[in-house]
Order: sequence, then structure tokens, then C-alpha cells
Amino acid sequence: MSKLRVATCSIAGCFGCHMSLLDIDERLFELVKAVEFDRSPITDIKHCGPCDIGLVEGGVCNAENVHVLKEFRKNCRILVAMGSCAITGGIPAWRNNVDLWDCFQEVYHYGIGLENGQVPNDPELPLPFDKVHPINEVVRVDHFLPGCPPPADAIWRFLTDLAAGREPRLDYEMLHYD
Amino acid sequence: MSKTFTLDGKVIPFEEGETIMEAATAAGVYIPHLCHHPEFKPHGSCKLCTVSIGGRLGAACTNRAEEGMKVESETEALNADRRSLVQMLFVEGNHVCPSCEKSGNCQLQAVGYHLGMLTPHFPHFYPARDVDASHPDMLLERNRCILCELCVRASRDVDGKNVFGIGGRGIRARLIVNAATGRLADTDFSVTDRAAEVCPTGAIIRKRYGFTVPIGKRLYDRHSIAELPPLPAKRGEGRGEG
Amino acid sequence: MPEQDVCDLPGIVARWHRDPANLVQILRDIQEACGTIPSDTIDRLAALLDVPRVRIESTASFYAFFRAESHGAYEILFSDNVIDRMAGKETLKQYFCERLWLEPRKLSEDGLVYVDDTADIGLADQAPALLVNGYAIPSLDQARLDLVAELIRAKKPLAEWPPMLFEVPDNVRKPGPLTGEAFAPGAALRALIARGAEATLADVDLANLRGRGGAGFKTATKWASCRKAEGESHYVVCNADEGEPGTFKDRVLLASHADLVFEGMTVCARVIGARQGLLYLRGEYRNLLEKLKSVLARRRDAGLLGQNILGEQGFDFDIEIHLGAGAYICGEESALIESLEGKPGKPRNRPPFPDRCGYRNQPTVVNNVETFASAAKIAERGGAWFAAMGTPQSAGTKLVSISGDCRRPGVYEVPFGVTVRQILIDCGAEDAHAVQVSGPSGTCISFREFDRRIAFEDLATAGAFMVFSRERDMFEVARNFTHFFAHESCGFCTPCRVGTTLLKNTMDKLAAGKGSAYDMNEMKHIMHILRGMAHCGLGHTAANPVVQTMEKFPDAYERRLKRLDFEPAFDLDGALATARLITGRDDEWAHLANE
Ligand SMILES: Cc1cc2nc3c(=O)[nH]c(=O)nc-3n(C[C@H](O)[C@H](O)[C@H](O)COP(=O)(O)O)c2cc1C
Ligand code: SF4
Ligand code: SF4
Ligand code: SF4
Ligand code: FES
Repeated sequence: MSKLRVATCSIAGCFGCHMSLLDIDERLFELVKAVEFDRSPITDIKHCGPCDIGLVEGGVCNAENVHVLKEFRKNCRILVAMGSCAITGGIPAWRNNVDLWDCFQEVYHYGIGLENGQVPNDPELPLPFDKVHPINEVVRVDHFLPGCPPPADAIWRFLTDLAAGREPRLDYEMLHYD
Repeated sequence: MSKTFTLDGKVIPFEEGETIMEAATAAGVYIPHLCHHPEFKPHGSCKLCTVSIGGRLGAACTNRAEEGMKVESETEALNADRRSLVQMLFVEGNHVCPSCEKSGNCQLQAVGYHLGMLTPHFPHFYPARDVDASHPDMLLERNRCILCELCVRASRDVDGKNVFGIGGRGIRARLIVNAATGRLADTDFSVTDRAAEVCPTGAIIRKRYGFTVPIGKRLYDRHSIAELPPLPAKRGEGRGEG
Repeated sequence: MPEQDVCDLPGIVARWHRDPANLVQILRDIQEACGTIPSDTIDRLAALLDVPRVRIESTASFYAFFRAESHGAYEILFSDNVIDRMAGKETLKQYFCERLWLEPRKLSEDGLVYVDDTADIGLADQAPALLVNGYAIPSLDQARLDLVAELIRAKKPLAEWPPMLFEVPDNVRKPGPLTGEAFAPGAALRALIARGAEATLADVDLANLRGRGGAGFKTATKWASCRKAEGESHYVVCNADEGEPGTFKDRVLLASHADLVFEGMTVCARVIGARQGLLYLRGEYRNLLEKLKSVLARRRDAGLLGQNILGEQGFDFDIEIHLGAGAYICGEESALIESLEGKPGKPRNRPPFPDRCGYRNQPTVVNNVETFASAAKIAERGGAWFAAMGTPQSAGTKLVSISGDCRRPGVYEVPFGVTVRQILIDCGAEDAHAVQVSGPSGTCISFREFDRRIAFEDLATAGAFMVFSRERDMFEVARNFTHFFAHESCGFCTPCRVGTTLLKNTMDKLAAGKGSAYDMNEMKHIMHILRGMAHCGLGHTAANPVVQTMEKFPDAYERRLKRLDFEPAFDLDGALATARLITGRDDEWAHLANE
């Protein structure tokens, strides 16, 4: 059996889901036997090639997130929204009812330690959306793996089920929205 | 001999005048619900308890049990539709479970778990809703309100106070309080009110009591809402308090 | 003007017997006298009525015509049915706003005028139409709007506006027994007294009269059950809410045949043993109120209402008129009763039905205007006469309100069983392509189905008949209806409160050219949830327009679908616009192709 190729990324997330992925402890060795990683913070590959599974952590908060997400969608046979932020917008979505003008003001004008701050117009900086959105509002998503972060056991179960070609099934204790 | 009907093939006895929900609960059978509470007058708004009554759909909490009726509840189709309802409740509000004091003890979340909801699915509305922290003991977090009116009923029917009501209509319906300022602190609401304990979500929540129970030990961490004993009808034994 | 000066709160409250059950009427009077219902008024009202303010606020914030902020001296609401749009409403509204230098939904700078839309106001045969401070002005064109603008600029009080602006012709194009025959007030009551209540009920039964409000429930069965039901008192309620877009036949009955309607109510009162009747008149028909009151006064003088009607000992009955305040859902009979009791119009849990537990929890008959009018005719002329018209399952005639793409819009009284094709010929709609029968909650039929019949056994209808020609975009028709339902959902139950808005948003997404097959499937799914799980008829039928037009006019949808699989839920590039503005950027990376 050929190895499954897996890509992962964190867009508007906190890398907590990735930490949880690493938390599967010694099962990592088993995992590495079964899968190989494409683009991922683990590998430092910068662009995603054709993959079997893409795990996306984080919601969509800016233009760059969309480019990454679309790259994943294009290349991954199965796209997974991993964690609360990817599924609901999560904590970053708390800003959804704060006016974007106020956000910029706070960050660049009134923030602690800022003097004569200016809003940058550097094209290198990703431009933020009015609101943060879950990834399934931008691309089609095949599977959802909730949790903040999803427990390591849930990630393990999920990946092994997918690897075996099964519809992933989480036990009761593995299903969490927090 | 008492009368009976069948619920998913199981024979359920009932007293004249009981609803399907009441009879099922007495027989230890769980029917998903959110706006129902045994202590209060049936309301019938969340529609989670929708069952098939001889082929016609109806709310178990408001439809009376009748001799010989055939009721279906735990069907895959009904649970799928209930899941859609829970998803609707999630997207119409702002539910950020990871930062919610009620998480783990929340009935909305718990029915989501019970029904295997993995995503809110529908596009989020991200409505702008007010948070009211004016009251010394209680927080009113409208982002989490599902408009079940349990607090309205408890305050009116048990506390005799009318602290809460629903204002507006349609998707703009919102929880309002009995004060010209709109502030909870300006009502006669008290932490000892029955209405302070009945909210199924984290919308009405006691201040300074959040996150006291460690993850793993909370009400719904290990047990599905369906497995837990039904809500006690007497005050003080209420579960689901954060 | 300080609000206290004009607003005689104690007087208004006294007029309504200090009864909190009359709260909607009290709020209406306050709104009419003062222009707003501000927060301190609610407090004072709470004290006067001795009810918690939260209850008053619930009611005040539920109805579209109540508001806390002033809409100036002139509030102009354009009727926003698709028929109004087809008649050029959008352009005319824009024209009007430009003439007065104002923006819709914004009080003019001088605090004088406010312009907005409102749901269909029952004048589709004279579209476009508007309400000024609650009074209807039909048949809008530039000249009439110029006049309105002038009157506003001159600050002329509404009472001094030329009456011809407010003239609303009946447009009865095809009269029948209800709309074309002279009726001598009292004729039905004399027949009733001569034959007795029981025999009259038997006649209504023999006539096979079925409810004209849409559901088609057998009237005699309802009356008989209410007659039998025990209670301290019985009530007769006439449902004149007529909120279904495209329906206006009750307007015509009330404007020109009110005696027939009131007499039908009185017949019913005798049959069920009621002493009080209520007519729930939709707020949009405010201009009928004085006339209806004068008909009631005349009937009292003639001994047709009041104590010992027509000299019959113990035949006591009177009718009070309640006005609605902008809520389609109040046409649903149990929501209507809630509204009569001063509450937000949210449908009750049923059973029990009103015939056993209705107004003030007493046995109540709720019937449509046309049902009562028919009942009066039956009492006068007998059940066999009535049953001889129409079809065996659908006896009698039906008033159909025709609007849209036809040469002769108006009210047609047709025998049940008539084909759609025949009606289209009668009203001059040769190039009809589709007809929306019975309004948004009814049935959309395509030209392939024009041989279907208006009858309970085929196309049941409350009366609306909106005609669309080949040029009309049936997608836009459905989108307009979807907006209507989202606006009118009472918000009580989850599926409808959320589902109608999801549908509306999805239709808007398709309209913006950003839809996909995914969205189409989503709408079908929401329809399934609404049909199965909604609390009342509004929710059950709210997805009908979308689903039926999807099925019958698939092209109207397909040409809007951008892709077959999936499109983002929101406008990606549009959602960056604010940030572009703030940063002043317009580079390549500051945009997202919405491909
Ligand atoms: C959302 C909704 C709106 C309704 N609107 C009206 C209405 O405007 N007029 C009416 O007579 N019936 C209306 N109905 C039907 C009433 O609930 C009720 O069936 C009717 O008034 C009974 O009278 P009938 O038997 O004479 O038809 C509506 C029903 C629903 C569900
Ligand atoms: S109320 Fe319940 S569902 Fe909502 S955020 Fe809190 S825990 Fe989550
Ligand atoms: S605050 Fe809680 S109890 Fe009250 S309506 Fe909202 S969800 Fe229900
Ligand atoms: S279906 Fe709609 S209108 Fe009817 S009760 Fe539910 S929310 Fe209200
Ligand atoms: S529990 Fe029955 S409708 Fe909410």
C-alpha cells in the first residue's frame, strides 16, 4: 500500500490543532509509516502538491488565507476542516462585530507603545476581511473534525479511519466543540 | 389499566392529558429537546422534539399522547433534520464554545454531540448582539441565546417577576428585560430566581462561577444528554449549571 | 412638539376600557396620535394598565407599524409586492426620493419625511401603491407622486389632501351573487329568525360552504363544534387581515358589501350563541375604518346589532373593529387571536383549536370575510341555492383578485371549477406564462397547467391570482416572495425563523450571480425542514415559491448559476473593500478574483 500524502496548514488559527496532532505521541511513528507530509509546518514545504488529505486549521480572516485555502482545495482529494476556528471562525471571529476601522485604529494608532502609528499600505501584508469566516464558507469541505483543539485521540482516529477508507467515526468523548 | 402508545416500537404508558414528551420521559425514553422543561408550560418553539405521530410530524412536547398512537423518534431521518435545527441555532447566534463558561454543561452543545453534529454547516449570520454585564451576579450573553423562553416562563410563572421577554420578530427576535434602560441591573432579577438557573445555554450565567469544573468532569463530557437522568422537576436539583 | 401635549395616554387607555387585552389597539392609537411609541410612553402605559413593561415592549416591537423613533410628519411606505415592482415601483420610488431630496430608510434632514417599503398593501389591481401615515394611495405615477411631494413640501395636513388621491375603486370586473346582487340589510337575519338557528346551521351545512381564507375547512362543522363547546361566552371573529400578497377581494367586500359581512357574523353569532364579535382589519386598510364604523352604527340604529336584534328577545350581538399593525402572520387564526388579546402575533399550539379555546380562551369561530358574506347569502337564499353553484366538493362562487400582466385587473366572482385558462381570457391575459395562485404561500403554475381548475380539489385558493407574462423573470418573482416570508416570519420557531432568512440570503446570492448547484440543493433541504418542522402554515409554505419555480422554470435558475459545484458563501472581493479603503491599497494582492 502506498503512503497517504497529507498536507497541513494553519490559516487564522493558533497552531493549537497542530500541537494536538503532535500530541498523538508514540503513535506518530505509526503515522509516519502510513503517511508522508507535503506542505506543512512540520516539513516547511511552501506549496502544496497533489495530496490525499489536506488538514486545515484556522478560519479565513484575510486574502492570503484564501489563496492558501484554494491551493489546498485544488490539490487535496479530501479536505478536512480541523478545529473550531476552521469550522466556525472560532475565537478570531470574536472580532466579527467590531468595526474594521476600530480594529485598525486599535492596532496601529492607539495600541500600547505606539506613537504616531500609521496604517501600513504594504502589499506584502495580507488584507483583512470584514469578518472572519469558517473555511466551508469559502471552499467545499469534505470532513469536519471539531475541537479546540480536537483531542489527539480524535485526530488519530480520524486519520486512521480515513487511511483505511472508512467514514471517520468519533467516540462520544472525542467529540467536542471546545 | 392505564392507556398506552408505542414509541419506536416500545410500549409507553400514559395518563390522560400527558404529552408524548412527558410520557416518554416518565418511561425513561429520551426525545431530544431544548425548549422543553418538565417544570414549565410546554412551549413548542425549538422543534427539536419533532416526532412522527402516525406518519404526521409534530412536536412531542406539545402533542398529547393518545391511546394506540404510533410514534417514531429515533429514526435516521428525524435525527438528521434535528441536526439541521441545531445547526440553525448555532449559525443564528455567536457560539464560541472554546471561550464559553457553559461549555461542557450546555444543552445546546450536548444535543449537538448527541446528534453527531460536526459543523454548523449553514453560513454563519454573525449577528451583532448585546452583552449585558450590568448585574452584579449574573451575566446576560445574548450571543448564546436560542430564544427558548425558559427564562421568560420561569420568571413569569415561578418567580412572579416578568424579568424577561422576547422583543422584535423573525430573525431579529431578541431577549429583552423589564427595564426602560434595557439593563438587567435595573430589573428586580436576583441570583436566587428560578429564572437564573434554567437557561439551557450560556446566555444567562452566573458571574465568577465559570470554568470551575475541569474538562473531562463536566456534565456532558463523558455522558450523552440522552443517557443522563431527566431533568428533575424540583428546584435546587437543576443540572446543567455552569 | 413634546409628545405629552398631543398624546392623551389616559384618554386612549380609558377608551379601550383599561384592558391590557386591547394593547395592540392602544398602541395603534398612541402611534397615530403621537407618531411614535417612545420608551417613556411604554413606562407610563405599564403603570396605567398595571402590566410589566416588558410585555408592552414585546408587543410594541413585534409589529412593523409601531416604532420608537419618529418617522417625521409624513411616513411614506411603498407597497413592495412583485406586482408593484412590475408596475415600476422601484423607479417611481427613486423618482419620489429625488424630488424630495431624501434617501429611503432615512428621516429627511428637516425631520419631515421618511420613505421605506412595506409588504403588499392589498392594492395589486392598482399597483404601484403606497401608504402615507397609514392611508393608501393607489395607481401611482409621476404626476400623482409630484402632487404628493408638493403637499408634503407645503406641510399640508393629511386631512386637507385632495380626496381623489385616496380614492380606491373596487374594480369588480365580473360580479356574482356576493358582489353583484343587491342585498337588503336584515334580509338574512329575518330569514334566520323565521327558521331558527338550527335550521340555518343545517342550511350552511347543506350549502357545503367551505372557508374562503385558504384552508377550506367546512364552515358548518366549525360552527357546530363551537356551538357545542362550553364556555362563559362565545365569540365571532372575522378575519379581515388579508395579508397574502396579491389578495384584495376582502377589501372590496368590506368597502362595498360590509352589510353582507356583518350580517354573516351576526348569523354566526345566533348559531353559536355569541354576544360579541370582532373584526380584525389589517392595518393597511385603515382607510376603511370610518366607513365600517358608520355601517355598524347604521346597523345598530336599524336594530340589526345591539340588544334584541330585530325585536327578538335575547338576540344580543355587537361588533367591535380591531386594527392590525403590519404583520402578515396575524392572518393565521391563532396568531390573530393573540393579537386581539394584545400580544405579539405568534401562532398558538394546537389543539385546542379556536372553536373550543379561542379569544380569551373561550369558544370562538374565526372565519374569513368572504366566508361570512357567503353565509349571509346562504341564510337568506338557502343552502340548496348555494350548493347548486360550483362543483360538488367546492360549492358556490369564489372571489378572485387578479393582478399582474393582464388588461383588466380586479375582482372576479367566478363559480368554483372554472379553469385558469378561462379566467385568463376573461381578464385579458393572452400571453400569460405563469400564474401564482393563492399568493406566495399558494401554487405557482406554468402555462402547461392552465387547464387546471380553481377548486379545493385542484387549485385551492384564498383568492390571489397574479399573472406573469413571458417577459417576467420567475426567479425574481420567487426572490421577492422569499423576502416577504423572511420579513413576516414571527420568529417563534427555529426552522422558520432561521430557515426563511437562509432562503432569502441564498436567493440573493443567486441573484448576484454567485450561486451554484450546491446552493440549489441547500434550498431544497431547507424546504424539507420547513415543511416538516415549522410551527404554522407560514413556515410550511415559505419555501413553496422557490421550490415550485425551480421545478417549473429551471432556466430562470440555471442561467444564474455560476458554477456547478460550489461558490463561496460571501463575496470574497467585496469583503475586502473596507480594508482597501482603510489602507488605501488597490494593488493586485488587495483583490480576490471571485472566480
Ligand atoms: C400565515 C397565514 C396567514 C393567513 N392569513 C389569512 C388571512 O389574511 N385571511 C384569512 O381569512 N385567513 C388567513 N389564514 C387562514 C386562517 O388561519 C384561517 O384558516 C381562516 O381565517 C379560517 O377562516 P375560513 O374557514 O373562513 O377560511 C392564514 C393562515 C396562515 C397560516
Ligand atoms: S452556549 Fe453552549 S453552544 Fe453556545 S458557545 Fe456556550 S457552550 Fe457553546
Ligand atoms: S436566555 Fe437562555 S433561557 Fe432565556 S431564552 Fe435565551 S436561551 Fe432561553
Ligand atoms: S412557522 Fe414561522 S410564522 Fe409560523 S410560528 Fe414558526 S416562526 Fe412563526
Ligand atoms: S422541546 Fe419540543 S419544541 Fe422545543
